[in-house]
Amino acid sequence: MYKRDIYTVTENRPLSAKTMLMVLEGDTQYIGSAGEFVNVAVEGKFLRRPISICDYDGQTITLLYDIVGEGTKIMSQLTPGAKLDLLTGLGRGFSEDKECLRPALLGGGIGCAPLYNLAKKLLARGVRPVVILGFNTAKDVVAKEMFERLGAEVYVATVDGSMGTKGFVTDVVREKSLECDYFYACGPMPMLRAVCGDLEWSGEVSLDERMACGFGVCMCCSVETRSGAKRICKEGPVFMKEDLIWK
Amino acid sequence: MERDMKVTLSGVTLDNPVIPASGCFGYGYGMSEFYDINILGSISFKGTTREARYGNPLPRVAECSAGMINAVGLQNPGIDAVISEELPKMREKFHKPIIANISGFSIDEYVECCRKIDSQEQVAIIELNVSCPNVHGGGMSFGTSPNSVAEVVRAVKKVITKPLYVKLTPNVTDIVAIAKAAEEAGADGICLINTMLGMRIDTRTRRPIIANKMGGFSGAAVFPVAVRMVYQVSKACSIPVIGCGGVETAADVIEMMMAGATAVEVGAANLRNPYACKEIIEALPKEMERLGIERLTDIIGIVE
Ligand SMILES: Cc1cc2nc3c(=O)[nH]c(=O)nc-3n(C[C@H](O)[C@H](O)[C@H](O)COP(=O)(O)OP(=O)(O)OC[C@H]3O[C@@H](n4cnc5c(N)ncnc54)[C@H](O)[C@@H]3O)c2cc1C
Ligand SMILES: Cc1cc2nc3c(=O)[nH]c(=O)nc-3n(C[C@H](O)[C@H](O)[C@H](O)COP(=O)(O)O)c2cc1C
Ligand code: FES
Repeated sequence: MYKRDIYTVTENRPLSAKTMLMVLEGDTQYIGSAGEFVNVAVEGKFLRRPISICDYDGQTITLLYDIVGEGTKIMSQLTPGAKLDLLTGLGRGFSEDKECLRPALLGGGIGCAPLYNLAKKLLARGVRPVVILGFNTAKDVVAKEMFERLGAEVYVATVDGSMGTKGFVTDVVREKSLECDYFYACGPMPMLRAVCGDLEWSGEVSLDERMACGFGVCMCCSVETRSGAKRICKEGPVFMKEDLIWK
Repeated sequence: MERDMKVTLSGVTLDNPVIPASGCFGYGYGMSEFYDINILGSISFKGTTREARYGNPLPRVAECSAGMINAVGLQNPGIDAVISEELPKMREKFHKPIIANISGFSIDEYVECCRKIDSQEQVAIIELNVSCPNVHGGGMSFGTSPNSVAEVVRAVKKVITKPLYVKLTPNVTDIVAIAKAAEEAGADGICLINTMLGMRIDTRTRRPIIANKMGGFSGAAVFPVAVRMVYQVSKACSIPVIGCGGVETAADVIEMMMAGATAVEVGAANLRNPYACKEIIEALPKEMERLGIERLTDIIGIVE
């Protein structure tokens, strides 16, 4: 089921120069799994902004978002007490119950967001994920401590080498000779392509594409897969690596 | 006082004039996850072609001030799959007559799709989207020439029994000439407007935002254009007009009807606010009361 509701901002603070953490209070009963997203109505903007659910519980939703354009800029200026119109219950998230012992959670930039709730749930059922976060440079690094506080094993890669491994998340796997049996990934397309191409493990990835509705009726987000055309907002955003076609 | 919202399109009576526009509501059943869609007047389903189409590469959408551009490229499962799979699912959730939006790239294709959809009991009206390029006519859209519109309408009318509404593109110099050509060729009604050709550029990458470069502009921003065209066409033709373009509120519905529309389609507004049609229908009686309107049919084309 989908739900539109009005949520109250209880927290909205910068984690870095471009990344914000927002906590919203309201109805979360339609959120089913890690990797789902919300669609945020921004005052004065025609389309909603899709943002992954970083974490949620009975009353709250946490979002991590980068300020990239006008919509996210407006979001970043909201103060506690502000109201936001959100659609929830959107998308099909990660397979939280996948049989695996040591999955890699690969986040590229803000793509780390949906992996947080996933890591929490994996740890809760005794699975020990390896979290690998990739950023451009040390000052962009966010969420590292959040994952560490959960008790996960965390590695960082930066393109300029200013923190952790120099290079991409896939370079960490190589450098540390990490042995995993599955992966979950979210990040920019070039990173997802590299992850799906380089890693021999099976896995699933969360795609990012421009959307209009976010609930499956406009076909603006439809991607060709090996099992036919799929809507990223409805059958996705999470897809099996084996299902994706890289052109 | 009870406000009468019923309207009639070529013998098909709707409980109210509010119809989600093609491409902005899928086949309806997905939207019933938000609300009971049986409050709607009718539903126009996604443009259907003979073969299944994946459509255009991504990205397919760009935001604009008070609107959006889409270049979906008529993604649909094809007429046979629509009939065997989508219509039964639609029927489960929506128990009223529907509007079948048919597209084509040749006269043969329109004829074949219309013939097939005409026999579907659920379908009350066939809405012919003539904004598609004619592959046999040098790629020009059917809807940009009175002759080619008339040709399609005549060909389709021969094979169907249900009312035929021609959905016109606003990307023409003389909308009245096109509408009259459709009427003279036997169309039972006109629907307008489809999207306006538009474009957005990402100034950082210096590239168009949409992979297809250009796309169809719609949403609140096009409302005045739609009102103007509905007005011109309804004055010039004697067949009913379905008004479409930028409608977001009950007040917009009334304005569109005063311009000459018998019913009103709501497109892009559904994409931001999935409850747009429901909210409009619920607000209509109040708005009628405020404006002293007893029956919606009283105001159709009331503007001189
Ligand atoms: C399923 C999904 C989950 C996402 N999760 C997150 C997240 O957790 N954190 C985060 O920071 N970002 C996330 N994004 C990306 C986020 O939606 C965009 O950064 C945001 O919409 C940009 O809005 P803007 O107004 O600031 O940018 P503008 O460039 O001004 O936006 C203009 C239009 O383009 C769209 N747009 C621009 N960039 C993107 C993009 N990268 N992806 C999709 N649409 C875009 C906007 O939605 C809007 O319609 C996610 C995207 C998707 C599809
Ligand atoms: C995403 C999208 C898909 C559309 N698909 C179709 C279609 O398949 N057939 C059609 O006749 N019109 C299609 N349209 C046009 C709408 O039905 C409508 O005519 C137009 O958007 C103007 O109305 P609006 O301003 O309320 O959106 C589409 C519009 C949008 C935004
Ligand atoms: S964004 Fe509309 S179908 Fe996915």
